[in-house]
Amino acid sequence: MAECHPVGFQWVMEAKARGAKVIHIDPRFTRTSALADVHVPLRAGSDIAFLGGIINHVLRTDAYFRDYVVAYTNGPVILREDFQDTEDLDGVFSGLDPDSRSYDPATWQYRGVDVQPASGQRDQQFDKLNGSPDVTEAARGESHGSGGPTIPEGEPERDETMTHPRCVFQVLKRHYARYTPEMVERICGVPQDLFRQVCDLVTENSGRDRTTAFAYAVGWTQHTVGVQYIRAASVLQSLLGNIGRPGGGILALRGHASIQGSTDIPTLFNLLSGYIPMPHAHERQDLDAFVRADAAPKGYWGNMRAYLVSLLKAYWGDAATAENDFCFDYLPRLTGSHSTYETVMAQLDGTCKGYFLMGENPAVGSANAKLQRLGMANLDWLVVRDFSLIESATWWKDGPETETGELHTEDVGTEVFFLPAAAHTEKDGSFTNTQRLLQWHHQAVPPPGEARSDLWFTFHLGRIIREKLAASADPMDRPLLDLTWDYPTVGELAEPDAEAVLAEINGHDAEGAPLSGYDRLADDGSTSCGCWIYCGVLADGVNQADRRTPGDVQDWVAAEWGWAWPANRRVLYNRASADPDGRPWSARKALVWWDAEQGEWTGHDVPDFKKDKAPGHLPPKDATGPEALSGTDAFIMQADGKAWLYVPAGLTDGPLPTHYEPQDSPFPNLLYGRLRNPVRHLLPPHADNRYQPGAGEPGSEVFPYVATTYRLTEHHTAGGMSRWQPYLAELQPEFFCEVSPELAAERGLTHTGWATIVSARAVIEARVLVTDRMATLTVHGRPLHQVGLPYHWGPNGHSTGDAANELLHLSLDPNTHIQEAKAFAVDIRPGRRPRGPAARELVLRYRARAGIDAETGTEM
Amino acid sequence: MTDDIVRAAGHTDPPPRMGFFTDTSVCIGCKACEVACKEWNAIPEDGLELTGMSYDNTQGLGASTWRHVAFIEQRAPAPGAASGTGMEDVDVFDAARGLADSPAPSADGGEMRWLMSSDVCKHCTHAACLDVCPTGSLFRTEFGSVVVQEDICNGCGYCVSACPYGVIERRPDDGRAWKCTLCYDRLGVGMEPACAKSCPTESIQFGPLEELRERAADRVQQLHAAGVGSARLYGEDPGDGVGGDGAFFLLLDEPEVYGLPPDPVVTTRDLPGMWRHAAAAAVSLAALAVAGFAGRRR
Repeated sequence: MAECHPVGFQWVMEAKARGAKVIHIDPRFTRTSALADVHVPLRAGSDIAFLGGIINHVLRTDAYFRDYVVAYTNGPVILREDFQDTEDLDGVFSGLDPDSRSYDPATWQYRGVDVQPASGQRDQQFDKLNGSPDVTEAARGESHGSGGPTIPEGEPERDETMTHPRCVFQVLKRHYARYTPEMVERICGVPQDLFRQVCDLVTENSGRDRTTAFAYAVGWTQHTVGVQYIRAASVLQSLLGNIGRPGGGILALRGHASIQGSTDIPTLFNLLSGYIPMPHAHERQDLDAFVRADAAPKGYWGNMRAYLVSLLKAYWGDAATAENDFCFDYLPRLTGSHSTYETVMAQLDGTCKGYFLMGENPAVGSANAKLQRLGMANLDWLVVRDFSLIESATWWKDGPETETGELHTEDVGTEVFFLPAAAHTEKDGSFTNTQRLLQWHHQAVPPPGEARSDLWFTFHLGRIIREKLAASADPMDRPLLDLTWDYPTVGELAEPDAEAVLAEINGHDAEGAPLSGYDRLADDGSTSCGCWIYCGVLADGVNQADRRTPGDVQDWVAAEWGWAWPANRRVLYNRASADPDGRPWSARKALVWWDAEQGEWTGHDVPDFKKDKAPGHLPPKDATGPEALSGTDAFIMQADGKAWLYVPAGLTDGPLPTHYEPQDSPFPNLLYGRLRNPVRHLLPPHADNRYQPGAGEPGSEVFPYVATTYRLTEHHTAGGMSRWQPYLAELQPEFFCEVSPELAAERGLTHTGWATIVSARAVIEARVLVTDRMATLTVHGRPLHQVGLPYHWGPNGHSTGDAANELLHLSLDPNTHIQEAKAFAVDIRPGRRPRGPAARELVLRYRARAGIDAETGTEM
Repeated sequence: MTDDIVRAAGHTDPPPRMGFFTDTSVCIGCKACEVACKEWNAIPEDGLELTGMSYDNTQGLGASTWRHVAFIEQRAPAPGAASGTGMEDVDVFDAARGLADSPAPSADGGEMRWLMSSDVCKHCTHAACLDVCPTGSLFRTEFGSVVVQEDICNGCGYCVSACPYGVIERRPDDGRAWKCTLCYDRLGVGMEPACAKSCPTESIQFGPLEELRERAADRVQQLHAAGVGSARLYGEDPGDGVGGDGAFFLLLDEPEVYGLPPDPVVTTRDLPGMWRHAAAAAVSLAALAVAGFAGRRR
């Protein structure tokens, strides 16, 4: 966190100054470790075993927060008789279809009642809920059509004593029983006494009086089981009662400024604004059928129709009417995964012909960078908007494939347009950070030369396209022509007014007055709102994100600094900070509570609960939506109002986090007979995307070292914002790898000398830093050396080097389609890599030695 | 007392003496100070070299580096063991020759430790650079800081050899001497120096020197109470060889570990004595000469 989020780390330092203990769990000793109380080096790719070990410790020693677990989690809920755990099936859950390599999640449901997920794969039950068997051909992950009986109504069956053998709590206990300290030591390389120290620190600091927070970044997400890493933390934090309370939570540290904003108002293919799922391609799917299938009947997602209709009104204004289903049919439909890696595959096979890169440098920053470049070389046109001539803009004349002879400039047909971009200091706008806080920023200086903001580019591109299509009678063009695309522009550059966009996002009523909050949204077309969770950011017509009341003149919640979605709540699900009767769990950790005299929820933060819903409230049997939540259903977005220790719906790869080895790993799976995540997302075979043999198979010893990629403080992701800055370039002037003195001795690597690093995909070279900060671990009883690879570099700019991401494969997390950049296996040897065609020959020799073919590593 | 030097420099009603307290125990090595300093003061980039000195590719203070973050990877001394470099017996010249091939040797035993510390001009109470400057380019500001006026500097370089910390340096291209100004231009309009402004963890604290000294003493006590017995202040003592620094530090080990001189002395300390000796010698010589002439006349 100190490495990549130094500004946010000031708050960790402040907590530390007030007595907080900081534990840093990372394969490397980093700047964060330097300031932490405890550093736990572990094998990259083994975190579920580690977290599972803590979960087991918590359950075995009864260190969980029982009152919290019973009241606010699904621990007491009884599961179906036909659910089978990985303990029963040696590493897989019930419902696995070996042919499609996917799970039918039906057996994971609660007994007697099916619930809808509040996030993830929310279209899983479309057919069941709409009574139509038209299973689409959409790729797994995006669709789980399955026929079945109509869903029984009612509440899940519960055992408040949590002793029923099929209740979630008992299933959880059995699932993690073998995640012992001994197992953690063997799998993760964490000595048992160090592991116990972490368990003690976490459990002693959780409960009524104390809370523990987890902060993570892509070290957790970028795995073939990335979502399950986060789920493991969710299970642990729910057991310990650390959600919805001050000082608790699980914080996703994002990779760029406003990456949170880019999922809230998404650039993701499978989401609409405010986490409304993108519709899938079903036959006979109108607005009602979509809402019926994808919105839970209970909780605040029960109002999805109001959020969606208001969004459609924001998109299409007067053209969206009740008669035409508010233009629901204008929305694109998903036919499968359309992630960045499928897009590359579509480029390679010629179906994707045009590509916009806006502040993104995939020729350096994406997994298997070579495939990214080869994909771009097969386009008709490419638009790159960035500050400098990044590698993604120049690969056609000076990329690695030009050197190896795999690409010849004169043969590349792609027309490349480079358009300089304005920096955040050169435009107005907002950032949304990990705690959902929107902070407005103002233009400080005009952009230089021809540089323009993304808003300017997008608006004027849309304007010009609409002008060109104005006379079109083709129904395909109606969604574009009917768009509300009327933002006022200001100044010489005709810059769209960013606050006008914010006003559209906030939404307005039929009279055009700004809405004060999402509870005002209606499903009849009388309100318009570009993102329901942001509704209220312009309450009273005031830009609430632009508030800058200093911390020392307001209370510790600091509600007047910026604006947090939703409704300026600083802690989500904060009803859980009070006990079932509405009293704070302790005075020390009081956040919101029930004021019986006034008959309302009150406290330091904005209560995340209906203001006048009493703790003892029981909803009428026929209630739906928010009205169906009881006075103790603290997790108001969830279909059952509870935090999920176990996920009955919404995930593609299982209801409970389970340790699988990474796609490329030198170690077998000590816990199960199944090596890798059986439903990981493997892209179609490609000659430049070969996988490595699994442990125990011949050839696996060719890649004996675990490698991981990461960032340094001095550079920003793929380098577009830093490698061209002399002041940053001189701080980390070239690509290097980090190895332990033991590995250096084993492979003859010298400090500041060169190393060649090889995977089944590529070969790169790096300067060597030999450092004690890379600890040699004892894993599976043998020494393991890990190779650290910061991934900022490419050949352009002031600070240069090979791109670490050349080494990566495209085996992805099946839920998010994210690459496994944080744990893979390599070989490392002294000296510089071969140049020209010899570089590719070296990779081919390695493949031959390891016996790699198209099938290697693709076993389920 | 510290006001005296400011008054002596001709400032009749000076504001409080300002300075830096750099608390290295909370430095996260982000180098924001280095970058902010270069941005604000328009200092040129001065070398793209991977040094192998941990994450320190800046190497040291100089004409084009006015803030420098040192990174020291070490095994912390085992409890009870003497702190320090543990390398008192090492032949440093021999060790320097081997630098390019191997990292610094690390003693086994203690826990891994990575010290980070942002160094800067000390703005000495008794500043030798200022004493030796023949052009008056270096001067004492009303804030008590020591600043070079680049339009007056003639590049003689006396200040470079006079600095007991090796801070000030001449730029190879124009030959003039450059160093930290404590952001004199920012102070003049009520802003804090760029490095302190950019520091995310308040490792670099700017303020009235007296107040910083109190704050620093409290911090040392707090760290000692928390079991960090190695915490100590460096350069805060007005009784030291430079009369105390305007920029002082909280360190977690001996100064040598951070590359700081353990007992700096203002290099012009002995000048008055030297001048006295020289004057006495001159008087003797003159007397001898006079005597000689007198004798001849006789």
